[in-house]
Amino acid sequence: MTSVSLATSSETLKRPPRRINWGLILTYAVVIIVTLTMLAPFVWMLSASLKLDRDVFAFPIEWIPSEPRWQNYIDIWTKIPLGIFVLNTTKLTVIVTVLQLLTSSFAAYAFAKLHFPYRNALFLAYIATIAMPWQVYMVPQFILMREFGLNNTHMALICLQAFTAFGVFLMRQFYMSIPDELCEAARIDGMSEYGIWWRIMLPLSMPALSTLTIFTFVNTWNDFLGPLIYLTKTDLKTIQIGIRMFITQYTQEYGLIMAASVVSLIPVLIVFLALQRFFVEGIASTGLKG
Amino acid sequence: MAGISLRKLRKTYGELRVIHDIDLEIADKEFIILVGPSGCGKSTTLRMIAGLEEISGGDLVIGDTIVNDVPSKDRDIAMVFQNYALYPHMTVYKNMAFGLELRRHPREDIDRKVKDAAEVLDITHLLNRKPKALSGGQRQRVALGRAMVRSPEVFLLDEPLSNLDAKLRTAMRAEITKLHRRLDATFIYVTHDQVEAMTMADRIVVMKDGYIQQVDTPQVLYDEPANMFVAGFIGAPQMNFLDVIIRKTAGGFAAEYEGQLLPLPEHLARAVAGHEGRSCVLGLRPENFHERPPVDVDPALTAPVEMSVELAEPMGAEVHLNGKLGSHGIIARVSPRCRARTGDTVPLIADLSAAHLFDKETEIALRTGRPAH
Repeated sequence: MTSVSLATSSETLKRPPRRINWGLILTYAVVIIVTLTMLAPFVWMLSASLKLDRDVFAFPIEWIPSEPRWQNYIDIWTKIPLGIFVLNTTKLTVIVTVLQLLTSSFAAYAFAKLHFPYRNALFLAYIATIAMPWQVYMVPQFILMREFGLNNTHMALICLQAFTAFGVFLMRQFYMSIPDELCEAARIDGMSEYGIWWRIMLPLSMPALSTLTIFTFVNTWNDFLGPLIYLTKTDLKTIQIGIRMFITQYTQEYGLIMAASVVSLIPVLIVFLALQRFFVEGIASTGLKG
Repeated sequence: MAGISLRKLRKTYGELRVIHDIDLEIADKEFIILVGPSGCGKSTTLRMIAGLEEISGGDLVIGDTIVNDVPSKDRDIAMVFQNYALYPHMTVYKNMAFGLELRRHPREDIDRKVKDAAEVLDITHLLNRKPKALSGGQRQRVALGRAMVRSPEVFLLDEPLSNLDAKLRTAMRAEITKLHRRLDATFIYVTHDQVEAMTMADRIVVMKDGYIQQVDTPQVLYDEPANMFVAGFIGAPQMNFLDVIIRKTAGGFAAEYEGQLLPLPEHLARAVAGHEGRSCVLGLRPENFHERPPVDVDPALTAPVEMSVELAEPMGAEVHLNGKLGSHGIIARVSPRCRARTGDTVPLIADLSAAHLFDKETEIALRTGRPAH
């Protein structure tokens, strides 16, 4: 009986006509416009890197150059010592990133899992330094570094950038979400605090470490003001200030600037793509996941 | 030898005192259970024994050494945590082997111990899995295994079964009891579940507000609770309490409850002799109410009462009647043949031979000698 009545009812059932969801269409339209706006400068940069200087600002914009000038990508290596700049930038970025990961996670472990007097006050004071703009203290800092004899050395930038309140904050929030019992079990198992940090906390904090790696890598790689203040010798310069050598008193070689910019973007892109899975996960779970 | 002594042990957080100078002697190889409601200090006490909480005052002695300042890893203890605390990035094998590796045991020795423990706990097939691929019960076994391989003198277990479902909990209860016999070590177990405490412990420590209320075997706690808190905490459904006044009668002493005289057995009568007119609290367990006169009890120590039923809960093997005896709410445990329903008034026989009497002010039990049963 039941099956018969079910069969008849399903034949007589009507499906309501599909309505056009204008809200959804509008959302997509806005998202597409925003995406295009974000991508346009990158596409323009790519396009300009294949043009002669005089064609760069031609209007209307010729998005795909009719005669792509690949020579730009050869000239950038010969007109300025770009190879040395890339090497310098890589050296600084890798050292600073590794140091930041170590110091941040190490300090964060103490702030998250160890009990010591004035822990929270100290943490708050440290975090408060994030609110202080660097421009406020960059000159006194420079004078201090000069007194240490570190002017015109990579060491100055490494020393300044090896420690970050933001990194400590990020890692600490992540560590807070790891149960204390894990540390306690490890203590009973006979591990020292250094051991717990190295063998339990670090392997468990891959998402947070990846996030911090991306932030630090991109920031250090793209840093302009720091190297501008501290590095004046050509063979110490990084890519970001090196590119400025294409700008002279009377000429700006935009085609070459854009080509060098594209080259400088590649490592950042690789790091981001390699870690983006963790990065998205990390952003989603940092400080929230129980 | 791993007897443990807590001597005037105290824990304070700033001004707040959470453990008040408690004394406790735990014998070697004893299975002792700390039980009490949330916030009574049982977990804090366990964590002090483990070395995870600093001791604010008094001494903690394991064997013949004061271990107040000895770090956890040197106390020869192992702990099983409520949330298991397995290392998520290590396999089951590695989790179990980790403590031994840190202590630089030979590789073959570790392998043998891990496999032996896995065999006992029936988790051999799980050794290569990560904790997230295990069920709650399996994780529990791994946590036990991790403690076992170390062969410590003392096992500390902090509510290890509270995250399991009811059926698994009953099964694991029996397993842990067997494990205790097999391992021949001291077990200190914390729970808020009095059924776990009653079924597993050699002795139970009942705690409340940072004080020890009573320490004894499960049966003595049940039969001779030291005060109203212990009487109410041990036993489910909990003991019924009635406000009574002591009266002298021709046959001895009785407790007057809302005009009705309830005869008191000899050991209670002796305790209240000379205190006629005193306000007390009479304690009767739910099983002390019967539908028919009990055959093995002196009829002089029973009294007919009338209970108005508000709710009948069939449990299968018995029925729990919730209702009123005069103005007090009580629970009676009767046979499943009882057909009483909500709104009914049921005649019951109260068996006073197993009654308890407490001082109304101090809530301390009044008795001399053991009860007759």
